[in-house]
Amino acid sequence: MEQSQIDQYIPVALLGLVAVLFAGGVLAASVIFGKLGKRGGIKETAYECGMLPIGEGNTRMSVKFYLVAMLFILFDIEVVFLYPWAVIYKDMLKHDANLIFGSMLSFLGILFVGYIYALKKDAFNWKQ
Amino acid sequence: MAWIDHLNNVQQLVLFSAIKILGVFAVTMTFIAYAVLAERKISAYIQDRVGPNRVALWGISKIPVIGPFLTKLGIWQPIVDGVKSFLKEDFTPAHVRKAYFWLAPAVIMIPALLVLAVIPFGSFLGNQKMVIADLNVGILYTFGIVSLGVYGIVLAGYASNSKYPFLGGIRSSAQMISYEIAMGMSVIPVFMMVGDLNLTQVINYQAHCWLIFKAPLSFVIFMVSAFAETNRLPFDLPESEQELVGGYHTEYSSMKFALFFMAEYANMIAASGMMVTLFFGGWTLPFFGLDQPAHTIGMGIAHIGIFLAKIIVLMGVFIWVRWMWPRFRYDQLMDLGWRRFVPLSLANLLATAVVLWLFSRH
Repeated sequence: MEQSQIDQYIPVALLGLVAVLFAGGVLAASVIFGKLGKRGGIKETAYECGMLPIGEGNTRMSVKFYLVAMLFILFDIEVVFLYPWAVIYKDMLKHDANLIFGSMLSFLGILFVGYIYALKKDAFNWKQ
Repeated sequence: MAWIDHLNNVQQLVLFSAIKILGVFAVTMTFIAYAVLAERKISAYIQDRVGPNRVALWGISKIPVIGPFLTKLGIWQPIVDGVKSFLKEDFTPAHVRKAYFWLAPAVIMIPALLVLAVIPFGSFLGNQKMVIADLNVGILYTFGIVSLGVYGIVLAGYASNSKYPFLGGIRSSAQMISYEIAMGMSVIPVFMMVGDLNLTQVINYQAHCWLIFKAPLSFVIFMVSAFAETNRLPFDLPESEQELVGGYHTEYSSMKFALFFMAEYANMIAASGMMVTLFFGGWTLPFFGLDQPAHTIGMGIAHIGIFLAKIIVLMGVFIWVRWMWPRFRYDQLMDLGWRRFVPLSLANLLATAVVLWLFSRH
């Protein structure tokens, strides 16, 4: 059983190999076949619609983006936890309906409180 | 074919998966090339233009009627576009972070191709299952790989060391991770009904009734999220040509740019494939006995054809939507993702749970 579990991933590894070879091959081919142009001067600068670039390239960004990333981690883990529950839900309903429904209801309830908290703290408000 | 029988199981597996991978790869690349052409042609007709109609192949264009017709259809355009991308100057600007700059196009292309592994594109051909890897974790694999797509975009934005790509990369990553949650939650009702994460089981379950009729809200949320995940209009904020030039791939040229472009279309194909598998019954069709796994080669080929036809329809929707809707504003986009879709998919999930509970009592 354990062996066949790992065997399932052999095709995935093969596909990964093909994908890596393809991406690498395309990048290499573009160097080999690509035309060589002149370098230097204004061509080397960052593209800002033809104007001379002002300031440095990596500007400061809104702290909102960090907030989104953190919330994403929280909620994505929640989603992943929901999958195993979803799979056994129908089977468990036959003999232990209250347990399977109640346990997930409490889990979702706790998370929903967190969601409401984030909502009230204006974490999802992008207007200001 | 006696030598095939002499191989042991693992060798057979490697051999047959290699054949399947090459087949899927060839079909995907052709699809990408002609999806670009379809996009240009359809956008042209929607905007009352003619689109690409000049490229002619020597010899074929001399054939009366058919030759000029194919030229008018722009059927050779993708080939010429591909060759052109290879021949253009492969330019790396001086101000970029070189290693990451080179890595980003590859990092974005690889997950786009890897997602295709678990999508069943047919039932059987001979005794071979028509799916590259019939994983028991199915959809979890898909979401895991789709998440990796963000890295390429962040990397491209960071490596370019320039304002527009940076803003585009940041916007895009925030958008993609936001909609991933809605997307992940929206499909949970599907798996509650099916009771398995394996995508082949999902299709078998849909033999009599496609899941779009049982979980329409899931489909709507999944589809809108798929648009956001693939950075297509009306959610193409990361690229938004009028404000950010080209978004995260502004500084890229030649085949490196083409890789970003191809990855977008590969993602569209993968998203269409997922939608077909989850909501439209995959390779099944509810008549002529096409809803059961194939026993003959003909049926197997018919199933692959049905799957491809369904994908083409959904790709058409992708393209059609792009030219019909204006772009969202960024705060509207985040609002829709976090404040509308997350509670909505949660409610959908709970409603499904209650309905299944009520049904199980009788």
